[in-house]
Amino acid sequence: MKNKISTIKKALEPLRNGMVLMYGGFGGVGNPPSLIKSIVDSKVKDLVLIGNDASFPNIGIGRLVKEGRVKKLIASHIGSNPVAGSLMNEGKLEVEFSPQGILAERIRAGGMGLGGILTDVGIGTMVEKNKDTITIADKDFLIERPLRADVSIVYAKKADTFGNLIYDKSARNTNPLVAMAGSYTIAEAEEIVPAGELDPEMIVTPGLFIDKVVQSEGIDWTWAWE
Amino acid sequence: MGMGIDSRRIIAKRAAQEVTDGMIVNLGIGIPSLIPEYVAKDVHVMFHAENGILGMGPSPGEGKEDSALCNAGGFPITLKEGASYFDSATAFGMIRGGYIDLSVLGGLEVSQRGDLANWIVPGKRVPGIGGGMELACKSKKVVVVMSHVDKGGKPKIVSSCSLPLTAKECVSKVITDMAVIAVTDKGLCLTEVMDPYTVQEVIDQTDAPLFISQHLT
Repeated sequence: MKNKISTIKKALEPLRNGMVLMYGGFGGVGNPPSLIKSIVDSKVKDLVLIGNDASFPNIGIGRLVKEGRVKKLIASHIGSNPVAGSLMNEGKLEVEFSPQGILAERIRAGGMGLGGILTDVGIGTMVEKNKDTITIADKDFLIERPLRADVSIVYAKKADTFGNLIYDKSARNTNPLVAMAGSYTIAEAEEIVPAGELDPEMIVTPGLFIDKVVQSEGIDWTWAWE
Repeated sequence: MGMGIDSRRIIAKRAAQEVTDGMIVNLGIGIPSLIPEYVAKDVHVMFHAENGILGMGPSPGEGKEDSALCNAGGFPITLKEGASYFDSATAFGMIRGGYIDLSVLGGLEVSQRGDLANWIVPGKRVPGIGGGMELACKSKKVVVVMSHVDKGGKPKIVSSCSLPLTAKECVSKVITDMAVIAVTDKGLCLTEVMDPYTVQEVIDQTDAPLFISQHLT
């Protein structure tokens, strides 16, 4: 069995300018903070980001947006990061909005090897613009395309050396979906244990989805709500 | 939207009456998040959060927050007995699957047909869609809580929405600082007038035809 433990620096080596980077988290909670800090320090730019939201300007993924490293963002909302809104209105950041659960499902479809999903959510709104529709049994559906990333980054409570993951309460959110949709996925964990120590019944993300496991240096979102 | 805390609390208190025993309830950010304080003690419900919780309890109090446990607005919460965690896909499967009995959302505009606009003011305010579209489309009952008029004094209940829609024909009731208005097959029905307003004042501040419930005439 592969031992996937790595340093943060080594794990992030495949990241290049212009890549598609997908991240777990919801309002900063569950963004992998140490990986993001290292990406900010790395000077990589022109990223296409895919994730639930733009977090806050100084927390989690929000820092990459604030530093101007992102050319496009696919998210469900950016309200908690006013910098993202300003950049969008100035034409410096392209933002594609997807309804939150549809975004989650598109990511899941990407990870699960599906060609897309059919949904009636968004019909009659701006969301249907430029999308194909299909009629099945007299009902109209939008065809929503799957999302995958060159690199996915997630945050877990515990990881084992094979990359099996257990999450932390509501910090789970989009992480298990994002973990499946990366061509190369890095898990940042609060605690790393030897393979065999996690109860197989409790594992949420099976280790085959994970390429590297790195030790977290601590979370940065504790007071996100303040 | 430029409302005093009292108006927000009056709306939340009235909206709490929509919550009945045994329901699965999702509350939006803002005024809806005040509702649990006003739900009667003998009314037991499971509050759902789209970031992956069913069975939220009250705020933990200062110093007792858990950094990995918050509602969809990012505020620290606790759990009640029987609660569970799940990922975002499951959270929205619950919504699209029709398991949410009541969803209370904020609004920018509601039309006479029950269309809701609440996610973007193009060029100005861009919070984004979030979970609002699915909640509005798929909850069994959608109640919108908002100020009756905007900061500039413009009615928010209108014949037809001018802002980009969140969902069509989804709202069943609007609760504002002035009135309670039901969306019916025949159009908007004024069912309650909040103190100290009059029926005529509500009509004047509403930019859509209203018919008046019999018990108010």
